[in-house]
Amino acid sequence: MLDQADGYTTADGRKIGPVVMEMKNITLRFGGVEAIKDISFDIREGEIRAIIGPNGAGKSSMLNVISGFYVPQEGQVFYQGQPRPPMKPFQVARQGIARTFQNIALFEGMTVLDNVMTGRLTHMQTGLFWQSMWKGKAEEEETANREVAEKIIDFLEIQAIRKTPVARLPYGLKKRVELARALAAEPSLLLLDEPMAGMNVEEKEDMSRFILDVNDEFGTTIALIEHDMGVVMDLSDRVVVMDYGKKIGDGTPDEVRNNQDVIDAYLGVAHD
Amino acid sequence: MTKTLEGAEGLRSVPALLHRNATQFADAPAYREKEFGIWQSWTWSQALEEIEALALGMIDLGVAEGDFVAVIGRNRPRLYWAMMSAQMCGAIPVPLYNDAAAEEMAYTLGHCGAKYVVAGDQEQVDKVMEIQDQLPQFEEMIYLDPRGLRKYDHEKLRSYEQVQHNGRAKRETLMAEMKARIAKLDYDSTAVMLYTSGTTGNPKGVVLSNRNVIETSRTSSEFDGLRQTDDILAYLPMAWVGDFIFSVGQALWTGYCTNCPESPDTMMTDLREIGPTYYFAPPRVFENQLTNVMIRMEDASRLKKRMFDHFMAHARKVGPDLLDGKPVGLMDRLKYKLGDLLVYGPLKNTLGFTRVRVGYTAGEAIGPEIFDFYRSLGINLKQLYGQTEATVYITAQPDGQVRSDTVGVVCPGVELKINDTGEVYYRSPGVFVEYYKNPESTADTKDAEGWVATGDAGFIEPDTGHLRIIDRAKDVGKMADGSLFAPKYVENKLKFYPNILEAVVFGNGRDECTAFINIDLTAVSNWAERNNIAYASYQELAGHPQVLATIQSHVEAVNRSVAEDEMLSGCQVHRFVVLHKELDADDGELTRTRKVRRKKIEEKFHDIITALYDGSDQISTVTEVTYEDGRKGAIKATLEIRHAMVQPVATRMAAE
Repeated sequence: MLDQADGYTTADGRKIGPVVMEMKNITLRFGGVEAIKDISFDIREGEIRAIIGPNGAGKSSMLNVISGFYVPQEGQVFYQGQPRPPMKPFQVARQGIARTFQNIALFEGMTVLDNVMTGRLTHMQTGLFWQSMWKGKAEEEETANREVAEKIIDFLEIQAIRKTPVARLPYGLKKRVELARALAAEPSLLLLDEPMAGMNVEEKEDMSRFILDVNDEFGTTIALIEHDMGVVMDLSDRVVVMDYGKKIGDGTPDEVRNNQDVIDAYLGVAHD
Repeated sequence: MTKTLEGAEGLRSVPALLHRNATQFADAPAYREKEFGIWQSWTWSQALEEIEALALGMIDLGVAEGDFVAVIGRNRPRLYWAMMSAQMCGAIPVPLYNDAAAEEMAYTLGHCGAKYVVAGDQEQVDKVMEIQDQLPQFEEMIYLDPRGLRKYDHEKLRSYEQVQHNGRAKRETLMAEMKARIAKLDYDSTAVMLYTSGTTGNPKGVVLSNRNVIETSRTSSEFDGLRQTDDILAYLPMAWVGDFIFSVGQALWTGYCTNCPESPDTMMTDLREIGPTYYFAPPRVFENQLTNVMIRMEDASRLKKRMFDHFMAHARKVGPDLLDGKPVGLMDRLKYKLGDLLVYGPLKNTLGFTRVRVGYTAGEAIGPEIFDFYRSLGINLKQLYGQTEATVYITAQPDGQVRSDTVGVVCPGVELKINDTGEVYYRSPGVFVEYYKNPESTADTKDAEGWVATGDAGFIEPDTGHLRIIDRAKDVGKMADGSLFAPKYVENKLKFYPNILEAVVFGNGRDECTAFINIDLTAVSNWAERNNIAYASYQELAGHPQVLATIQSHVEAVNRSVAEDEMLSGCQVHRFVVLHKELDADDGELTRTRKVRRKKIEEKFHDIITALYDGSDQISTVTEVTYEDGRKGAIKATLEIRHAMVQPVATRMAAE
């Protein structure tokens, strides 16, 4: 396993830093259902960390625990070394965590640009008064934020649909717009909930490219949930495997691939 | 021709023209590019500063006089500047097609022995890196967009900004050297080298001198009355001679502004935003735009549709005459004005053509309906005929003498003659210097007196002096019975149907003509949607019985039209197949400028051609395809061979 506390350099020359987020013995229950059972793992700065598992394994619940949306009954989440108290979503966003959703959650009637601009909300300081005046500070602020939004639009190559209402876009592009909105917040930790679900091969290749580029260019730490094993194995530095709410594997893609429990969970085992 | 008549004194090189513009039009916009959602612009004096900085940086890097500097990327001001910077260093810019695969690039880069490459982005850098082992002369690469390149080995890589920065830092020390090099440039020094697309064999490097570029730019700018305040949109490949003349030659001569789109996908939006006054597009672009307009009108409300149909009919009737300044009745004029208010104006605005004063199309024949559509809207769309070896211009249509079936009268300074086999020859100040490292081809193409063979067969209309092109001279053949075979003539007629994207006609040395046909996916899929016809792939749609029947009706209509021309009535298409894949440059079936490569197609699909002549009803075939990233795959298909009705040609037979 990788145990260098201060980080290490990957084979392709990316720098992986120390642990930024740590899950310690997390247990999450919904009434009598135990969605997550005593799971511990960590996320290092600058890495692409995948959470995989069959349907109903508890992956999305885990992501919601990371994002602070669910508060686990047992265990503790440490973010940047501090135990994290229960928080409101905007507080999470201010901590530098952004996410995308499995079922796209964009403002359908708004243009791509407006949607991306909503991602800048946490970076806007001026109050209602100045914003409605639309002069001075508010105007400057909007210009500065628009610049960031435009850089991201350029980065994700969605210039051609900048002024198109989201509702008119095909699914694959909507996913990309959602990623753009999350990136607009300039997060230090980016959570992607099944970024490639429902895509064709070409769209998957594009999205994989963008995820790698984001990690590479902005140094963003990425935690993602994904079904497509091939994609996960190619993209991620380390993988957590879940099954029935339990962690059954954790390590590099190669380690996970050869883990007998993981193979059993995916391929099934013979019951004598 | 004596030298004093040429150009203007002191303006005998591209850098000299740039200096003039930077003084004379210092604060006028020279370049615009949409970046990060905003049109960034540079005035002529700013452009000169940027270009000089890069040129000084290049000298610092070691670019010597006579070196070749390849420029690869989509149209961006900084890449145009790179070409001019190279000229300032006394080097020769060589723009290459940015969509060419690495192996194709290996040939051109190797052929000219380019020491330096200016690449637009990571994609181009990757391609050059991939082939650099085959390029012993290659020394350094300058890249523009740093995205994704941070971790690359920078031993042979420099960023554009870095080179400019170095240039600015050493301005004092290197300026004298640069000035000296610029001073050495005259009318005979090489301005640029452009590779022809290579319909046959390897691409040839066409060397164009400052005289070629500047004289052609001067006469053509005067011919069309181009102004300093004009705007163009630069979106066609930089490696193409037309783009070099429009975006560099004429832009520098007249001092107008070159606008670059944000990305290839946003070209249509950017076109609308810029509203160019001088516009060039190959027929394909006009076709696509018209198809899109028609598709959208089908979806429009009833009232709008009726209004569109009514006023378009009127525009077709009087629009072209109004444009040509012919007499038109008062009522018709008033109705046209109303139509302009309700339909033509808004439509032109949507298309981005509101301000177009001079529009050109060339490269292929344009369908008369398409041509008339744009002209009837009041867009001054004209045709020109040219080639790389002529620095574009051979003939062009003057205002007021525009027709869809000719390519115009000879341009100022150009002489034209037709030899006994019908091949067109020309001589002009634009005639290229030579094919680089290929004296045999140079001698084959250009004779001692400077006459150049175009390779096209055509004739000059006696009463109007307009040139008409029939076909490529080498493609014009004889059928088994000795009658004339001109495939392109028939193919063009077929391609005028919106449903047909591409057609290839066979029949040289045979007794009957047959054809391959590609459906136009945009038009046909829209038709399928409208008629509730389900299909899963291009292949399935192309093989649909109703599609085949529609194509057959087009072929038969073409046969009727071909039969009217006594000379060519033998070229009627007897049998045809609708191909299961689109002909593509990546598979070598088309050139990068999308011209059909007959030999390649004949080799590749020989089984289908055999089936067309041996009386089969269908043919099963496997075709290799190349994906954009270079991987290969195969498509299996069973194609139906359709028999088309032909018109009797008894009169001609009797005459023999």
